[in-house]
Amino acid sequence: MTARFVRIAEENRQAVEIEIDGVRCAALEGDTVLVAVLTRAASLRQSEFGDGPRAGFCLMGACQDCWMWTSTGERLRACTTVVAAGMSVLTKPPPEALWPIPA
Amino acid sequence: MSAPAERAADVIIIGGGLMGASAAFFLRRRGRSVIVLERGLVGQQASGVNFGNVRRQGRHLEQLPLANRAREIWGRLAELLGEDCEFYPGGHMRVCYTPQQAEKVEAYARDARAYGLDLEIISANGIRDRFPYIGREVVLGSLGPLDGHANPRLVAPAFGRAAVRGGALIEENCEVLAIDKAGEDFQVETRASGRFKAPVVLVAAGAWAGAMAARFGEPVPMYAKGPQMGVTEPAPYRIHPSLGVSTPHEHETVYLRQVSRGNIVFGGGRRTDPNLETFRAKVDPVNTLNQMTELRRLMPGIGNLRLIRVWSGVEGYLPDDLPVMGASAKVAGLYYAFGFCGAGFQIGPGVGDVMAELIDTGATVTPIEPFHIRRFAAAKGGG
Amino acid sequence: MADPRLVPSQAPRVVIVGAGPAGIRAAETFVQAGLRPVVVDEGQVSGGQIYRRQPAMFRRSYATLYGLEADRAKAVHASFDRLAGQIDYHPDTLAWNVRDGVLHIAEGGLAKTLPFDALVLATGATDRLLPIKGWTLPGCYSLGAAQIALKAQACAIGRRVVFLGTGPLLYLVSYQYAKAGVDVAAVLDTSSANGQMLALGYMASRPAVLAKGLYYRALLMARRVAVHGGVTPLQIEGGEGVAAVRFRVGGGEQSIACDAVGMGFHLRSETQLADLAHCDFVFDADLGQWRPQADQDGRASVAGIYLAGDGARILGADAAEISGRLAALAALKDLGRPVAEAELADLRRRQQTMGTFRRGLAKAFPWPADLAKSVADDVLICRCEAITAGELRQAATGKGAPELNRAKALTRVGMGRCQGRFCGSAAAEILADTRDETLAAVGRLRGQAPVKPLSMALMREGGS
Repeated sequence: MTARFVRIAEENRQAVEIEIDGVRCAALEGDTVLVAVLTRAASLRQSEFGDGPRAGFCLMGACQDCWMWTSTGERLRACTTVVAAGMSVLTKPPPEALWPIPA
Repeated sequence: MSAPAERAADVIIIGGGLMGASAAFFLRRRGRSVIVLERGLVGQQASGVNFGNVRRQGRHLEQLPLANRAREIWGRLAELLGEDCEFYPGGHMRVCYTPQQAEKVEAYARDARAYGLDLEIISANGIRDRFPYIGREVVLGSLGPLDGHANPRLVAPAFGRAAVRGGALIEENCEVLAIDKAGEDFQVETRASGRFKAPVVLVAAGAWAGAMAARFGEPVPMYAKGPQMGVTEPAPYRIHPSLGVSTPHEHETVYLRQVSRGNIVFGGGRRTDPNLETFRAKVDPVNTLNQMTELRRLMPGIGNLRLIRVWSGVEGYLPDDLPVMGASAKVAGLYYAFGFCGAGFQIGPGVGDVMAELIDTGATVTPIEPFHIRRFAAAKGGG
Repeated sequence: MADPRLVPSQAPRVVIVGAGPAGIRAAETFVQAGLRPVVVDEGQVSGGQIYRRQPAMFRRSYATLYGLEADRAKAVHASFDRLAGQIDYHPDTLAWNVRDGVLHIAEGGLAKTLPFDALVLATGATDRLLPIKGWTLPGCYSLGAAQIALKAQACAIGRRVVFLGTGPLLYLVSYQYAKAGVDVAAVLDTSSANGQMLALGYMASRPAVLAKGLYYRALLMARRVAVHGGVTPLQIEGGEGVAAVRFRVGGGEQSIACDAVGMGFHLRSETQLADLAHCDFVFDADLGQWRPQADQDGRASVAGIYLAGDGARILGADAAEISGRLAALAALKDLGRPVAEAELADLRRRQQTMGTFRRGLAKAFPWPADLAKSVADDVLICRCEAITAGELRQAATGKGAPELNRAKALTRVGMGRCQGRFCGSAAAEILADTRDETLAAVGRLRGQAPVKPLSMALMREGGS
């Protein structure tokens, strides 16, 4: 995975452990999920319509291009969600077991 | 300034919804010349904003022959129109929450068989095995495997374009001001498009048709309602049948379908009162919230998705929940097809086909007598 | 007549949406008048976008974060902080619908209602975009996004960045990146220097702001950043992510390698709530955009609704502070509270200067309508639904879509999660061009609730 975003300051923050595609990694306290993922990976998600990967666009909760799946089948908007310890996100569409959720 | 010339045809259709557009299409196939006068754009009101259920089950039994005829047309849509309008026969399933309702659903399945509609009754355990995402409150399902859903935004415009390719004239943004019969012909006056004449007029003006029928001495107790619709963001496409709750309680009557692109379209619950002057119906935010609650009962996993859009439109209703279809009882050459009570989408292509047959031949092989406008005259006469 | 002082009366219910410069000044004005406004804001912290605050554990100074605007940002933040305890503040809350005098909000998984006597919409703006081949590639962001990454997250959107578009934000963000030590590969402006000279007359109305713009450019030059005017962007190239920007300038074609692009062409107002409240809209021919109609003080066409800041009209942060106060004063006046007419007159006068300056900006850095019209058929214009310009053109003629909402119904342009925020401007240009109509004639995408995607797990407050 190639990182896309580059940290240029404020690196002296507490580490927060999250999972990206099942791989544990350390984000920093105060990171958005978008930043936590893109400082390690090249994209956030796949477009639903087959036109390739996406990595967000507006970062202000307007374009809705950064909706990710969590490993429990929930959705989160990566640019407006702050990381919390134990968060687990997927950059790929969810498997059958996660959607549609069995009742 | 010269006034536009008077234009004439065999049939003038007032209203370019699904009924009017498909009637125009089928009339052209029968060689009749047709002019459609549409106040806005084709398929903009009830035809374009409904849920998109191509569903036969749950209809009044006397509507099933018409629904069967329509279903046959749905299967040939791509061939007839050159596009399938996203028609997908992935099945339609009604589910219910109580044994009392289950009895009704089972009885309907028994009765519908005589009309050529085969429904599969599925037990609660069967639902869990085959549709594990359906809520555990469900006690029974009734699956119509040949029904399904389509994109309502596409169907009426596609019929309209096909009718035009076949030689029909469709005037959009053309508001009808008056319809008069002088001698053999009807004269139709419009706000900005001049005058039209024809020996036959088909009133297919949806929620606005009641006023026209009244002017010809055939008032109907019509009222308008706005359905409450919504759609979620896309999720992987894994829900194939269209699903609906069968219940006597209005707030529980939600339905949903997943389109192949992944969005889940839903509707149901209480409807709002639209504004017939502005031609707009609103979505009541409270209804949206109630729908969310009921949709989570039907399919708990939907709670993990986001709602991205809601909409409404104007639908015409009649108190007996049946449409008005057929020839006028009072005026020769006048025909009606309106008031489909929020359930006109599936039968729409059949309505167009039947009305074309009726206008062309004077009769139709599909029984539509229960929908005749004279039923309201009788009720009025009876006090 | 009963003595009105003896009639139990409820204080007027005043609600503000947005806690940026306009919303903050509106809230302050209501508090000064003795009211307790409700402030609803999507942000987790107040400040809005331009004065966006960094998370609490970040340590950079105001000077580092806001540069020449540090004092302004500090003043706005301090004003809001002083209102604590005197307002009902709902951060991280989405106002998702409005109907019949009730604002519907979603907060912490609960759906709540806020009935109001006056509603001030200070909903801000987002970047105005047009599609360029490759603009959906990972690594391509809006100018606003590039700035937010830097200010709120202390990140650059890439190692080597091309900034592309037009308008003052193009130079501001480029400058901020260069100053932060990021490799700015080039600044590509679709506007030419000619227009900027012609517009100087208007821009001289605010010499200090004009000077800032010149300062940013001078600094970019000093750092030897390539700045090109009169550029025609051709493609953002790359496979799984941005690799280069190809463009035409002065008759020749160039390609600049980079791993990120920040692009934007001015701003567009967030008008969904005004639309859902059934406010009338007017077409602003100078900008080629629709905006909710408002009188000089911000009164919308619907009684009780007031518009302020960039959400009403793109005039910038300074003007937003003025219009926020104006809108609140207008509301107070309509609620029968005493308002100093002299202050109203003064605010209006200052607001007018802002308008003159902005007209100058629009002339100096024109929206490149031709670029939008000439987008190739295979380019995605609707990022949400992955709809191409060709599909829209086909619907415009082959399927007879005379206006935008019809085109949306037939193609899904503007039907996705963002509801046309990022494709609406270009879709209007393409539709108008294809049908040989004016921009005004093809209309605008009607707003539909919810204002932003809304959780289907929402519970009604107090509901069972």
